[in-house]
Amino acid sequence: MLPKSRGTLSAAVFTALQSGATADLVPAPESEEDAQVTLWALYELHYRGFDEVDPDLEWDPDLLRLRRGLERSFETELRRRWDASPLREAGELTDLIDGHDGPSLARFVQRKADREQVLEILRHRSLYHLKEADPTSWVVPRLDTRVKAPLMEILFDEYGDGDPNRLHHHLFRRGLEAAGLRTDHACYVDEAPVEVLALNNALSLFGLHRRLRGAALGHFAAFEATSSIPSRQLAQGLRRLEFPDEMAAYYDEHVEADSVHEQVALRDVCGAFLEENPSERDTVHLGAFTCLDLEARYAHAMLTQWGVS
Amino acid sequence: MSDFEHASVVLCPAGPMLLRGKHEILDADGKVHRTVRPVSAVCMCGRSAIKPWCDGTHRLLSAGARDDEPTG
Ligand code: FES
Repeated sequence: MLPKSRGTLSAAVFTALQSGATADLVPAPESEEDAQVTLWALYELHYRGFDEVDPDLEWDPDLLRLRRGLERSFETELRRRWDASPLREAGELTDLIDGHDGPSLARFVQRKADREQVLEILRHRSLYHLKEADPTSWVVPRLDTRVKAPLMEILFDEYGDGDPNRLHHHLFRRGLEAAGLRTDHACYVDEAPVEVLALNNALSLFGLHRRLRGAALGHFAAFEATSSIPSRQLAQGLRRLEFPDEMAAYYDEHVEADSVHEQVALRDVCGAFLEENPSERDTVHLGAFTCLDLEARYAHAMLTQWGVS
Repeated sequence: MSDFEHASVVLCPAGPMLLRGKHEILDADGKVHRTVRPVSAVCMCGRSAIKPWCDGTHRLLSAGARDDEPTG
């Protein structure tokens, strides 16, 4: 199902997606939220689509033109934030990742969050976890041998090493189900705050543009390198609140898997990519920074909403 | 064209040991652990809570026992 509109642009676009009359759309969003939900739905055409939308519209030139306009503004804003960050001075990718500081939702879940707050986070996270790794898979055909092989090594693990029961989307879905939540793809999009839409859109933006493949790899490495410890904190919080074991098990798996993925993503993927493409350094760092920055914005928004920070 | 360097055992500076392929690891208590992934990370810092595997704890040690990871 298409999401609910959040402004004049998304309302017009979602109507057009259902009627197929896409010719007169103008990329003039009413707000950041209006822009992000529109972009999210346009990207979704390339993943699972929507029952009520003609699959042929995935490559509709009018929609692509509109999407391009929204992407340009989004990318400009992401670059503006990166340009303003002191982390621009970081030498290595690991310095950037270690140097980033921000509020931690995982620590809050580990120690203090209540059940309702955790359920809210899980619903928000489901938007990404039910298509985890998919945006990064767009990058694979755009890489040379030395970078492609280790990226596939990690993605294969994300996709369950050939076993559908170990595929990460499936593990998350089992956790959601055991926790009494819905499990269909993107079913909680209407609850997602703008920060969550932006997180997801950044992944698709980096993944779908060959020009930004370095940012996709930097984003991936930063995500993996900041996952093990928070995953352990989340698992502890879920057990503290007596969530079913399937949900905690999803995070247990990430403690172990992402300790591996972090090393491979930093060394063999980003390290090799930068050795072969030294001029891509800024793009890789932009991607890593964007991952950390958007996560921190989401954490800040939720902690503020709950009156915690 | 020459082949690429691709070690099956990799020691990460201040981090785990990566093992590529299938292995059986005998831990200090005599228990055998089988690798299930294309690559596995074996804890070398001794502080992991899921030994013999690495759980990322070594990062806290190298970052001066910081407990404020940025994301989650
Ligand atoms: S080497 Fe990573 S936790 Fe010990």
